[in-house]
Amino acid sequence: MAKVEKLLQGNEAVVEGAIAAGCRFYAGYPITPSTEIAERMAWRLPQVGGIFIQMEDELASIAAVIGASLAGAKAMTATSGPGFSLMQENIGFACEAEVPCVVVDVMRGGPSTGLPTMPSQGDVMQARWGTHGDHPVIVLSASSVPECFWMTVRAFNLSEKYRTPVILLLDEVVGHMREKVVLPDPKDVEVVDRPRPTMPPEWYIPYADTPSGVPPMAPFGEGYRYHVTGLIHDVRGFPTSRPDEIGPFMERLFRKISANFPEIHLSEEFETSDAEVVVIAYGCVARSAKRAVKEARERGIKAGLLKLLTLWPFERPAVERLAEKAKVLLVPEMNMGQISREVKRVNQGRSRVVTLNKVDGTLITPGEIVEKMEEALG
Amino acid sequence: MREITRLIHKYLRHDKKFPHIWCPGCGNGIVLGSLIRAVDKMGLSKDEVVLVSGIGCSGRMPVYVDFNTLHTTHGRALAFATGIKLVKPQLKVIVVMGDGDALAIGGNHFIHAARRNVDLAAIIINNHIYGMTGGQFSPTTPYGMRATTAPYRNIEHELKIAELAATAGAAFVGRSTVYHVKLLDNLIERAIEKKGFGVVEVMSPCPVQYGRLNRLGDAVKMMEWQRDNTISVEKAKELPPEELEGKLVIGVLVERDLPIYQEEYEKIVERARGSGAAL
Ligand SMILES: Cc1ncc(C[n+]2csc(CCOP(=O)(O)OP(=O)(O)O)c2C)c(N)n1
Ligand code: SF4
Repeated sequence: MAKVEKLLQGNEAVVEGAIAAGCRFYAGYPITPSTEIAERMAWRLPQVGGIFIQMEDELASIAAVIGASLAGAKAMTATSGPGFSLMQENIGFACEAEVPCVVVDVMRGGPSTGLPTMPSQGDVMQARWGTHGDHPVIVLSASSVPECFWMTVRAFNLSEKYRTPVILLLDEVVGHMREKVVLPDPKDVEVVDRPRPTMPPEWYIPYADTPSGVPPMAPFGEGYRYHVTGLIHDVRGFPTSRPDEIGPFMERLFRKISANFPEIHLSEEFETSDAEVVVIAYGCVARSAKRAVKEARERGIKAGLLKLLTLWPFERPAVERLAEKAKVLLVPEMNMGQISREVKRVNQGRSRVVTLNKVDGTLITPGEIVEKMEEALG
Repeated sequence: MREITRLIHKYLRHDKKFPHIWCPGCGNGIVLGSLIRAVDKMGLSKDEVVLVSGIGCSGRMPVYVDFNTLHTTHGRALAFATGIKLVKPQLKVIVVMGDGDALAIGGNHFIHAARRNVDLAAIIINNHIYGMTGGQFSPTTPYGMRATTAPYRNIEHELKIAELAATAGAAFVGRSTVYHVKLLDNLIERAIEKKGFGVVEVMSPCPVQYGRLNRLGDAVKMMEWQRDNTISVEKAKELPPEELEGKLVIGVLVERDLPIYQEEYEKIVERARGSGAAL
C-alpha cells in the first residue's frame, strides 16, 4: 500500500498510527472526547485481524490491555479524565510488571465530570503522578492531526523498547479537529518490537538486569513459564521483601528510563535562535503559540517557540539552554500552571518565567499570548 | 513414586522460596491440589495453562505452580484474563479469586465475564471473609455472623456466587466444598473443559479469621460442618424446600451451550475482511 492523503480527526489519526505501529488489541469504555478512537478501532481492527473489545469500565479496559500485552499483542486503550483516573492503579501495575501498553487521554475540563466537550490541559500532573508509589513514566503530547499519528507510533515504540506504559495526552481540540494527514506506506513506518528472549526457557530469568536495564519479555504460552506480579519481585518474578532485592529492582526500573532521556525527549523549536521571549507550549496551545510568535515578529518582538512533544520526562536540556539566552520564558497552559512549575524548577533564576493560565473551557488565543509577551517585555 | 510426589515434582515450582503463606488448616491448598489433579488428568501441557489471580490469600496461588502465572490487582483478574484469552485462544486460562476479590471489588467484572461468555474457567474460593486483610466481612459473610468490621454482627445479606453466575449467563456453574474434594477435582476439570465461561464456587474454611471470630472450631471441625450440611444437586431435586433449609447444594448447577465470545468475534473479523477497503 502506498502512502495516502486523508482528511482525518486527531482521534482517527491515533487509530491509524496505532495500527501502523502494530497495535492489534484495543479495550476501552466510551467517553467524550475520546470516543471516536474506540469507534474507529471497532471498525478498523477486525480488518487487520486485530481484537476490539468494549469492556464494562475503564478498570477492566486497562486490565484487559495489560493481559493482551502479556500474551504478546501490542495493545492500547483511550479515555478522558474520569476514565483516566480509574485506570491509575493498573497503570502502576504495568509499570511495576514492565508490561508495554499505550494509554491515550484526550483531556477535557475537570475536576470530576467537569466539561465533557471542552478542552483542557488539566491532566499533565495526573499523567506524571496519577498512580501511587514512586515510579518513572513516559508521557507524550501532540498538537496536530499528523502529530497524533506519529506520536501514537512513537508511544508504541517507546513502550515496547522500554517495557513501560506510555501515555499520550491529547486535548479536546486536537482530538476533534480535522486536518490533512499523509498516512505513510506501512513499510516507511519505523516499528520497534519488545526485546524477546533468545536463550532457551531454562536459562530465562524474566526480570534479570541487562545492559539496557530492560529484560527480554517472553509472551505467555510460548514455553517460557514465569510469574508476573504487581508485588515487588526478585529477578525471577517472585515476591520479595528483601532490601537487597527491592533496591536493585527499583533502581533498574528508574534507570532504564533515566539512562535514555536524550532518546525519549522530543521537542521542536521555531524562531528561537535570537528569541528574547520563548513561549513553551504543548497540545492545542502550541498552535496558538506558533501563530502568536509570527504575529509578534511582525510587530518587531523577538519571539520564539519551544513546542514540547515529550512532556515527561521533562525536557530539561532544551529549557535550560533557552533559559540561558532568553529574557522571558512564557508558559501558556489550559490549567492553573502544571508544566510551568517544571519550567520554574529548571529555570533556576536564569530567565523570568511568566505564566498564562486559562481554565474557562476555551482555547488560549494567539492574541492573548502576544499581549502577554508585550506585557512581560515591558 | 507415590502419585502425590509425582504431582508435586511436576507442577510445583522448585525455584520458588517455599514455605507458602497460607495458615495451617486453610482450604486454599486443597483447592490448589484439585486444580493440579484436574490439569494432570486432562493431560494439558504446563505451557498451555495460564493461572491468573487477584489479590488476597487465594491470590497467592499462582506463585507456587509451574504454569504461566499472573498475580493481578484486587478484583481485576477476570479482565486481565480476558485480554490474554482473546489474544491467545489456544491457551487454557484459569482464574482463581477470593469471594471479596470476585464479588465485591470485582463484582462488575464477574457479571460481565459471565454475560460475555469468554472461554475462561473461574474458581472462586469462598471463605466468607476477607482473609488477607485480617477478617473483615465480605459480600458472602452470612447475616448475623461476626467479622472485625462487624463486631456487633453482620447486618448485610449474603450474595450467592453460583446462583449469580447462573443468572449472569455462565456456560457452566458448579459448587463444591474442600471436604468434597473428588467432586471439586471433577468440577474444575469440567469448568476448564467447557467452552465458554465456567465457574466453580468452592466453600473453603478460613479457621484463622472466619472460624476464630465465629467460634466455629478448628479446620477439622469446619470441614465436618461441610460434610454434614451439604446435599447433592440430584438429591436436592427430590426433596421439598423445607428439607433443604440450611443445606448447601453441591454439584453441577448449570451446564449449557451458549455462543462463545471468541467464536462470535471470529465471524466479525471475517465480515470486516470481506468488506474489502482497508481504509
Ligand atoms: C484496591 C485495593 N483495595 C483493597 C486492597 C486490600 N485487600 C487486599 S486482599 C483484600 C481482601 C481479600 O479477601 P478475599 O478477596 O475474600 O480473599 P481471601 O484473602 O479471603 O482469599 C483486600 C480488601 C487491595 N489490595 N487493593
Ligand atoms: S487468613 Fe484464612 S484464608 Fe488466609 S491463609 Fe489464613 S486461613 Fe487461609
